[in-house]
Amino acid sequence: MDSPSVSTQKPSLLLRLWRNQEHRSIAIQIITMVILFSLLGMIGNNVATNLEKAGKEFSFGFLNYPAGYDITFQPFISYSPTDTHTRAAIVGILNTLLVAVSGVIIATILGFTMGILRLSSNWLVNRIVYVFLEFTRNVPVLLHILFVYGIFLYTLPVPKKAISISDTVFLTNRGFYTPAPVFEDGFNYVLTSILIAILIVFFFKRWAYKVQDTTGKIYPVFTISITILIGLPLLTFFFSGAPLSWEMPALKGFNFKGGTSIKPEYIALTFALAYYTACFIAEIVRGGILAISKGQSEAAHGLGLRPNRTLQLIVIPQALRVIIPPLCSQYLNLTKNSSLAIAIGYMDVVATIGGITLMQTGKEMETMIIVLLTYLFFSLVISAFMNWFNRKMALVER
Amino acid sequence: MYMRALIKAALTLIAVGALAFTATAGTLEDVKSRGELRCVVSTGIAGFAYPDEGGTWKGFDIDFCRATAAAVLGDASKIKAVTSTGKTRFTKLNSGEGDVLWRNTTITFSRDVGVKLTFVGVNYYDGQGFMVNKSLGVNSAKELDGASVCIQTGTTTELNLADFFRANNMSYEAVTIEKNSEARAAYLSGRCDIYTTDASGLAATRSTFPNPGNHKILPEIISKEPLGPATRQGDDQWADIIRWVYNATVTAEEKGVTSSNVDSMKNSNDPEILRLLGVEGSQGEELGLSKDWAYQIIKQLGNYGEIFERNIGPNTPIGLARGLNDLWTRGGLQYSPPFR
Repeated sequence: MDSPSVSTQKPSLLLRLWRNQEHRSIAIQIITMVILFSLLGMIGNNVATNLEKAGKEFSFGFLNYPAGYDITFQPFISYSPTDTHTRAAIVGILNTLLVAVSGVIIATILGFTMGILRLSSNWLVNRIVYVFLEFTRNVPVLLHILFVYGIFLYTLPVPKKAISISDTVFLTNRGFYTPAPVFEDGFNYVLTSILIAILIVFFFKRWAYKVQDTTGKIYPVFTISITILIGLPLLTFFFSGAPLSWEMPALKGFNFKGGTSIKPEYIALTFALAYYTACFIAEIVRGGILAISKGQSEAAHGLGLRPNRTLQLIVIPQALRVIIPPLCSQYLNLTKNSSLAIAIGYMDVVATIGGITLMQTGKEMETMIIVLLTYLFFSLVISAFMNWFNRKMALVER
Repeated sequence: MYMRALIKAALTLIAVGALAFTATAGTLEDVKSRGELRCVVSTGIAGFAYPDEGGTWKGFDIDFCRATAAAVLGDASKIKAVTSTGKTRFTKLNSGEGDVLWRNTTITFSRDVGVKLTFVGVNYYDGQGFMVNKSLGVNSAKELDGASVCIQTGTTTELNLADFFRANNMSYEAVTIEKNSEARAAYLSGRCDIYTTDASGLAATRSTFPNPGNHKILPEIISKEPLGPATRQGDDQWADIIRWVYNATVTAEEKGVTSSNVDSMKNSNDPEILRLLGVEGSQGEELGLSKDWAYQIIKQLGNYGEIFERNIGPNTPIGLARGLNDLWTRGGLQYSPPFR
């Protein structure tokens, strides 16, 4: 039997490099990078080759040509079929923005309300919200959108049989028609007074907190602020001779003319997205509040703080720290889900530049890049805002 | 040293990958080796392309797709319907997901030149029309000022509509919806006064309404919509095959060759019929197909008239008259170059 021999020959260079942990990790990183970049290169090369093979040129020149199609819902800038594709894209982007902003606001209000109701000690309230949340969260959002739109179209009457609320507001399945304000001379005073009111409230708040810090005296800041914000412009309005008149909607031919109208597509999309997202927010809020230990509020009660003061000063600020990061991703979801708009005919960025323009010009790559960049931009703005808010709310360690 | 090997390996990887993505033979070889023809069709228009209760695709466009399969593969059942919305159809064709587009597609300059398609013929002459509820008492499209209009997106319809209302100094509200099914629901609920699309599509959609009799199609046809098949640009042999598949059905009708008499027609005295059916001449080989390619089309699906009558003719729920789509010998526009 041979005794185990020790090899005198050194292992090869590669093997030695591999056995060294530091070298090994560098090697793995290099390999990963090479694979990643070759994949990217492959995709880029593939796109370029295929575009060339199809004889297509990569250019954004089509943006300056007349779009030729109509966009019904254009609340911010005017648009007609003779305008360019660029303008059509802007109208679409603004419509997306409108749904995103109004959806986020409604979702937040609904979500916080449902989250708190879900914690209610009232069994019935608690269970009703629970069932609603579970049902809504587990049905795809597209179905919610179609569902709300369907309800809207089939329950409300056609314009000829419109539900009239004292002949000023009309409800139909083609939208809600309300009187439109017409500003006359002198309305500038009212606008100025609103600005002044905001400034007053701002300085009053700082002064009130300073007084509280030094003397401990607490002013009812909220009530006084609201009074100033509403009262001052209202007073100015009447003293300047009520410089405002209303344009009434009236049925002419097929549809109502005049006044302002809110389209069913916008209402259905915003509302469906808002309550769907609100259900997720409700669970986040519930989780955030439950994360605050009971000892916190007991201690606050022990110090003699009343229940709403406890909620306001002790529980909510701490709960927000748990709530904000996941809340941010819900806002992003809502914004991105708004791309389902075309299913019910709301002309957002996907329906205009990423839909009709794409079809008419055949520029898939270019239009999709514009759509992607739009959503990327919106998402980054929301993230930046939420990060700023999160830092503001973060625990200040002393 | 091993760095160089790594770079070499990476470069090979890139090259191989690029090849794998871009290497494609002609469409004809692809279809033959796959043993199945993939047609880009609509997601469902009654009479033109729709799955029946058993899930089998049927309709006017589907029959032309089957005719192509009969010519290329000898078997009309070897097709796969690649469904697409108006928006995705060209992408699906150009990306190679489908071999040919048989989907109520209007031939326009921008699609032919800008979208880089090859259109090979017109198998249905259509035009955009308006449908309204009879209770509105509207008799002409010129009375539609201020109306709400439901449209399906991704079509030439949006542009025609904008042009028509602008030319007549009328205002309107467009409700642009992605799918025919949802646009139809919006029209039926009264969200819109008018539904607009190609007249054939209006008839097809109306046939699916609960009360088709309550709706009428206005007399104005506001556009020319020549609907036809398309192939990817640059594959001329494949484009030729599609063109002559369509021409074969028209020639067969003109010469009175039907699915029931095609066998006896092989003994005809007319040399063009003999060339069509592959008894004489070498048309099949020149196209890269079998000798009896057109015989297979007619035997399995019939001529143009038979395909029309079976799917959308007056005796079907769609109930379209031949009109412009009659043979040129009977005052229509369907005309095939000679088989010679």
